[in-house]
Amino acid sequence: MMDVIIIGGGVVGCGVARELSRYKLNIALLEKTDDISNGQSKANTAIIHGGYDAKPGTLKAKFNVLGNKMYDKVCEELDVPHKRNTSLVVSFGPDGHAELEKLLQQGIENGVPGLSIIGQDELRRREPNIGSTAYEALLVETGGIVCPYEMTQAYAENAAMNGVTFYRQAEVTGIEKVEGGWKVISKAGTFTAKAVVNCAGLYSDVINNMVSEDKISIVPRRGEYYIVDKKYADAFHASIFQLPTKMGKGILVTPTVDGTVLLGPTAEDIDDKTDTRTTAEGLAKVLKFASLTWEHIPMRNFITTYSGLRAHCDRNDFVLGEAPDAPMFFNAAGVESPGLTSAPAIAQYLAEMIADKLSANKNENFNPIRKGIPKFREMNDEQRARAISINPDYAKVVCRCETVTEAEIREAIRRPVGARSVDGVKRRTRAGMGRCQAGFCTPRTVEILCEELHISPLEVTKFGGNSKYIESYLFEKGDNENA
Amino acid sequence: MRNVDILIIGGGPAGLAAAISAYEAGCRDILILEREENLGGILKQCIHNGFGLHTFKEELTGPEYAQRYIDKVLEYGIPAQCDTMVINITPDKVVTAVSRGAGLEHFKAKSIILAMGCRERPRGSLGTPGWRCSGIYTAGTAQKFTNLKGLMPGKRVVILGSGDIGLIMARRMTFLGAKVLACVELMPYSAGLKRNIVQCLDDYGIPLLLSHTVVDIAGRERLEGVTVAEVDPKTLKPIPGTEQYFECDTLLLSVGLIPENELSTMAGVKISPATNGAEVNENLETSVEGIFSCGNVLHVHDLVDYVSEESAKAGANAYKYVQGQLSREEDTLEVENGFGVSGAVPQHISKDLNEPITIMFRPRGVFKDAQVCIDVGDVQVATKKSRILTPGEMVTLKFSPEYLRKNTNADKITVRVEAQQS
Repeated sequence: MMDVIIIGGGVVGCGVARELSRYKLNIALLEKTDDISNGQSKANTAIIHGGYDAKPGTLKAKFNVLGNKMYDKVCEELDVPHKRNTSLVVSFGPDGHAELEKLLQQGIENGVPGLSIIGQDELRRREPNIGSTAYEALLVETGGIVCPYEMTQAYAENAAMNGVTFYRQAEVTGIEKVEGGWKVISKAGTFTAKAVVNCAGLYSDVINNMVSEDKISIVPRRGEYYIVDKKYADAFHASIFQLPTKMGKGILVTPTVDGTVLLGPTAEDIDDKTDTRTTAEGLAKVLKFASLTWEHIPMRNFITTYSGLRAHCDRNDFVLGEAPDAPMFFNAAGVESPGLTSAPAIAQYLAEMIADKLSANKNENFNPIRKGIPKFREMNDEQRARAISINPDYAKVVCRCETVTEAEIREAIRRPVGARSVDGVKRRTRAGMGRCQAGFCTPRTVEILCEELHISPLEVTKFGGNSKYIESYLFEKGDNENA
Repeated sequence: MRNVDILIIGGGPAGLAAAISAYEAGCRDILILEREENLGGILKQCIHNGFGLHTFKEELTGPEYAQRYIDKVLEYGIPAQCDTMVINITPDKVVTAVSRGAGLEHFKAKSIILAMGCRERPRGSLGTPGWRCSGIYTAGTAQKFTNLKGLMPGKRVVILGSGDIGLIMARRMTFLGAKVLACVELMPYSAGLKRNIVQCLDDYGIPLLLSHTVVDIAGRERLEGVTVAEVDPKTLKPIPGTEQYFECDTLLLSVGLIPENELSTMAGVKISPATNGAEVNENLETSVEGIFSCGNVLHVHDLVDYVSEESAKAGANAYKYVQGQLSREEDTLEVENGFGVSGAVPQHISKDLNEPITIMFRPRGVFKDAQVCIDVGDVQVATKKSRILTPGEMVTLKFSPEYLRKNTNADKITVRVEAQQS
């Protein structure tokens, strides 16, 4: 029997795995898809929220503020790029003042430091490109940005380094109570463990409801986004929220740690937990509202659009901790925004609780340090020369838009919990994430995946399942190799 | 740091022609840096014929056309370093490149010729709604899979955009056993060459749906189909009720090319918003002295023959510059895009022009029985009649020094079209 089974390979699941690996425990993580960071954690707003937004007294408020404070240390240990670029909640007219004041008070009540309301002059000094009707703003000094999938990968890699086993394509189809723990039936086999942690995101209701009568329900809330080319990296410095009005919650305009600009999201409750389509209406709405903040959105410089689903729980809050009627079954359910910000705090909270209940000893060999894949684009000439002399694959630029080399792509596949698909490579290296969106590098990335994983091009996928690139060989295999 | 007289970035048709012409002008210190393993650029994957009709009066395939230039480069012994990626250029012409063989190198060039070509606009830039499944390729990526890798992307194909690569790939995919259902073009006219529409679509019964676009993409994992709708030709917005669904596993995009100017920007070269390429004067010299630009990185051409012709000029001028024989007049007239004209190159012409040059542009629409006019200031100095102008075919105009003498007080040159838009 294992000690802990974690269900779900998003930022919360991988974070729990890493925090639990501080203890002498036998831990496995089961992920439904072919890769970690494949649900909410790959498509969200990538913000480290200050914590003024959640209702005082909620778990969202508590863990948001706690998580925010933990980010600098976690990112340093795990070598994840993040930036305290501040957030601004902007009102577009004088009648927003009372509402800003309310947010300020709510933030103070939640224990958020560094909040103040700034006037027109200060706002324009900070953000010269802000729309002409911007009136004043709540400044959130602790607001920041982080790459959510890099955060998730870093957690996963560090967990794997410290002994956690990852199973992918391991959808959980049933959980049964057994003597001394739980039997977890998955598509990757059946496991028994003393404790189970539910970090299944959009499906955290399904997993919880398998074992608990304290039922919850998750509604997928879709958000659509645009990404603008890096040319506009300096358009805004802060993450700029719009003060919610009768017209809607407003649309965010924010720089990302990778230098692009993100516009979005919409918020639409839908029925289907797999429906990550973008829609004409949704995308139009993003532009309509974003243009309040950014009047001259460079319409010819979008590099992509996407949508993500938030796991909105009918309880309007996170569901954290042991289920009341299922001992040693722990929930991190309904974790939607500010879930990314809260993740380090949720992971620590659950790991400590579980370790305590299992009376686990500290893992003396735990190493909190994980290093990211050295990025050629961030090196100076001296570092580049040295990298190439050690590994000549650093001289082979595969993705021209983001200057990603073959060395980085191979390492992304070889690492613990490494890439298995083209999108997996993309999220780990940024190859294909630039302005040509993988036009040039796809054929080469496909080849490298074949070489590293010993598979044929017919088996390479964009993101697992049937998302294949190649339908057939044009020649007999032997001819093909001579061609 | 290695010193070199002329450093050429890119070993495709533009870089090769520039190198040969610089050599023939007398330069003996040239270096071509090419990022791929072989010279030839995009022509390597263009295995269809139709290249070289102007230059060689013969119909060649892409690789054959490139080989003529590669053979010359070899014959002249011009050094070309392949598998070498340039990662930086400074305004004072220090070039940083990396390669497996030589590691990281710095070159100090007297003159640089930018010949990096262009890349394709992706789906993301269009904001087409729907699923983000596999099975969506730019036409050039699919061309690389079929022609260089021997891999077939899919069997039922819709093509969005009617650029030349899309048209060529409609035919190629048909040859390879795929069913091409339609070529869908947003504009009321094609952006491709007329001969490609005839030889690649019409000959195989592939419908060209003008004023149509893809409004939805279906398929959770692999593409399953696309919804196509008619658009209002004025607003380019889809017309509700005109939707039709095409079941397909492959969508090829041929929705425009973007000159690849990251390096040019690093060097401080000013980029024209009209062409997305460098702004150049009549010598194809950019805003940075001694740095020249030619081929598709300067502006997207219709025929490779014109790329070669233009690049040969850049090569010869670069050598003149190296010898100190190229005057750089700061006193220039700007070339303005008048009615019906888009992306005229060069953007600046010296007031002391002393030999004829060519101006190239793409018409901004389809014009029948048209006349292209050049004005110097407000004086019309030349006209050229044309039965039909389309955006797919570039217009080449001769511009003689004597035109400037017809109005010495002029502050600009305007190129414009006179016609009824059809």
